[in-house]
Amino acid sequence: MAGGAASGGSAATDTYKEARNWLLLPSWVYLGAFVLVPVIMMLIYSFLTKEFRGGVVWEFSTAAYDQFFFDRGLFGDEPARIEWTYITIFWRSIWQAGAATLLALAIGFPTAYFIATRPEQARPMWVFLITIPYWVNLLIRTVSMKFMLRDSGPLNDFLIGTGLINDPISIINTNFAVQLGLFYSYLPFMVLPIYASVERYNFSLSEAAADLYASKWVTLRRVLLPAVKPGVIAGCILVFVPSMGSFLAPDLLGGAKNFMIGSLIEEQFKGNAGNWPFGAAASMVLLSMVLIVLMIFARQQAKAEKEAS
Amino acid sequence: MRRSNYDVKGLPGFFGITILCLVILYAPLLVVTVYSLNDSNSITNWEGFSFRWYVDVFSGPESQKFKIAAWNSFTIAIIAATAATTISTLAATAMVRGGKFKLRTVSFGLISLPLMVPEIVLAVATLIFFNSVGFTRGYMTILIAHIAFCIPFAYLPISARMQGIDDSYEQAAQDLYATKRQAFTRILLPMMLPGIISGYLLAFIVSLDDFIITNFVKGAGVETLPTAIFGSVKQGIKPNIMAISTMLLGFSVLLVTISYFVSKTDNKK
Amino acid sequence: MKNLLKSGVAAMALVTMASAAAADGKVVVYHWFEYIPQELVDKFTADTGIEVVMDTYDSNEAMLASLKAGGVGTYDVAVPGDYMVKIMASAGMLDTIADGELTNKGNISPTWADPSFDPGRQHSIPYQWGSTSFAVNRDVFAGDINTTDILFNPPAELQGKINVLDSQGEVMAMAALHMGIPQCTTDRDQLKALNAMLLSAKENWVSFNSDTAKEVLVSGDAAAGMIYDGFSAKARAEGANVEYAFPTQGYIAWMDNVVLLKDAPNRENALKFMDFLLVPENAAQLTNWTQYASGVEGVAPLLDEALRTLPEANPQDGAGQAVFIEACDEEVQAVYDTIWTNLKK
Repeated sequence: MAGGAASGGSAATDTYKEARNWLLLPSWVYLGAFVLVPVIMMLIYSFLTKEFRGGVVWEFSTAAYDQFFFDRGLFGDEPARIEWTYITIFWRSIWQAGAATLLALAIGFPTAYFIATRPEQARPMWVFLITIPYWVNLLIRTVSMKFMLRDSGPLNDFLIGTGLINDPISIINTNFAVQLGLFYSYLPFMVLPIYASVERYNFSLSEAAADLYASKWVTLRRVLLPAVKPGVIAGCILVFVPSMGSFLAPDLLGGAKNFMIGSLIEEQFKGNAGNWPFGAAASMVLLSMVLIVLMIFARQQAKAEKEAS
Repeated sequence: MRRSNYDVKGLPGFFGITILCLVILYAPLLVVTVYSLNDSNSITNWEGFSFRWYVDVFSGPESQKFKIAAWNSFTIAIIAATAATTISTLAATAMVRGGKFKLRTVSFGLISLPLMVPEIVLAVATLIFFNSVGFTRGYMTILIAHIAFCIPFAYLPISARMQGIDDSYEQAAQDLYATKRQAFTRILLPMMLPGIISGYLLAFIVSLDDFIITNFVKGAGVETLPTAIFGSVKQGIKPNIMAISTMLLGFSVLLVTISYFVSKTDNKK
Repeated sequence: MKNLLKSGVAAMALVTMASAAAADGKVVVYHWFEYIPQELVDKFTADTGIEVVMDTYDSNEAMLASLKAGGVGTYDVAVPGDYMVKIMASAGMLDTIADGELTNKGNISPTWADPSFDPGRQHSIPYQWGSTSFAVNRDVFAGDINTTDILFNPPAELQGKINVLDSQGEVMAMAALHMGIPQCTTDRDQLKALNAMLLSAKENWVSFNSDTAKEVLVSGDAAAGMIYDGFSAKARAEGANVEYAFPTQGYIAWMDNVVLLKDAPNRENALKFMDFLLVPENAAQLTNWTQYASGVEGVAPLLDEALRTLPEANPQDGAGQAVFIEACDEEVQAVYDTIWTNLKK
């Protein structure tokens, strides 16, 4: 019983090796038809000529990628320089999504741990408690969040009422408001995978560590955390990736003063710009970035498994 | 270090953080509930207590629209979450219990693809795709799209859970002459249940919440709750939307309470 | 397994087709969110027996994108704004209404019978019209507000408290009026100056919000904000002490129009729907609900008293011209896009 769970939770084995392809077939066929094909179409679109105000002309062009990477001035006729605009926008998105993920982890991990250590019949209730708020539409939740945070809103009223502060804290229309909004949008995506992992954790391992006079925090870091790593990683992916492409929280809570990658891409399809190839190209850049990170992660996990076995 | 009565599970402060987490989650909803009882057309000013927006939801000119939209939303969310969870459970079994194979990384990429493509791009791409293969937009196209983007949300918790389960259980079962199928359904599946439930719930709320893709692929005349209420929310939430949201909350709380008591009586037997 | 999949796909295809085949007597309307009262729709169905199937969008550009992604041929009518009518017509997405096809075409008020965006009303009829300018919270600033300086060169009281619409078209048009340059100018110096002016004006803006343009004024998040006339009236009704400005430099006019789409599957019913909207009683019912203004003759006596005296609909003496947003050509639009991206990067 020991090995798997303790060594980074990589209990990958080959019990169902023969059935492997049949088990994977539904996801291959389904995602292949309804996601991969559309995405490949977008990849093709990113190499086509833009039709003015939306749509594409079926002629090969690299203009979209040129626009992404090179700056040719206001009128497009200056010598090409490196384009910092979109790099700035990408960096901002990564930073905001990263901060939101850390925030979600900081709150979500203890919550998931707490739920997983409740008596067995009480756990489903706690899990539901976390997901119930998400039956209410994201837009309504975000608008209510805005209502809470504003200068004259309940949060500031409460803080002033308790005498903690004298003047309202300006949260709305700041980066912090965006991070808070993203965090709020995706919190259960962090809690549930971690909960599912910790719930499985064998606490006799922690007891063994305690017997060896490890403190609770050392046990948490050295014994529990490695064992529940897959859940933590799954949670981080589920919060970070959607946050990167989100535009509701940045627009409503951040005041939309600065583009995030999601709003930049949305503008290409639904806004004045109407530049589909460029929107497609920006998506492809975003997609390849995320894909590379995920592949590295998958490789490392495979490596860890190899070492463990 | 005291060994007697030593609670290895409890960690100081975690209960407090959980409470904080719940406060953050529920405080904005309190606003929704309070303002659904506001006797005013606007959400910004309080003009007295009233149930009139609840009456409006059921008998107002838009009541029919909301009824159909709620029905569509829930049936789509249930079917999509069920399909996505099934597909994901099978895929996770192959990925975690299928040994090493060449296409593993590629398969992982494919499964997480719906997550990585920005929603608006997936929306436009899916719409173009549906049009080019001749699907007429409607209930079915929404369902097809929802199953697709629900898959990674169901898959990740399920596979994370499975990675934490040692295969010695299944081995033991097989040593006792259980077939692989029996080892799967009798041993692995029950142990994976918390992961499957987590994945199902995530897929369910993701489907229930989706606006962008739904709005592009739904076609005329078919509404889900998010598309039906989106307009009135954008122009400053009207209290009838608050009332609908509050009733949704009430309904889900009711479900949870029932399931809690059902499971309690089950345990007593 | 393969057979199962095949039959599954076939079943899906059958269901999707079945839903499309039903109901002959209908008209498929692609409309803005929250822009027609349900009572009026029900009245049309009661009068004609034609069922109204509604789909909605939240911006002109979103509608265009959806139509370009294959929506043409599935809708009968849409409700684009002024400049979008022109864009759609030049993209060949609109059907022509022949003479005599619309019984009530004569009801269109003379002012709107021959607009620049659709000469001779070949493809469209007026739906509603109004203006876009800005409103200022009078508790915060008491001085003269009828100048575009409020947005682009604000007095100290309003600095850092201004919301602008998150819409390139409106912001650029307003900026052009402020600088006294033509919209969609091709003059490079003017474009450079426009870019610089917007960048420095942004220092004083707190947010870019279109959807919550009204709400930020009511809540006090912003003390001044670009806004549509109807939203300003609603903000006042909700208790905000705001005043709508008609700047001397000019302000933006807009008109939404019902257009007949190309390859409309229910063309006859679409024309009946348009005729219905041109009946003064119906147009009045619509206008009393939207709180904007109608382009149909004979509506005035049927309107609510409050609408006729609405401050947002009655410019003061000395107010500037109301101008429509122009649709720029491809080259200028590319520069506009760059300026907009610069502004928000």
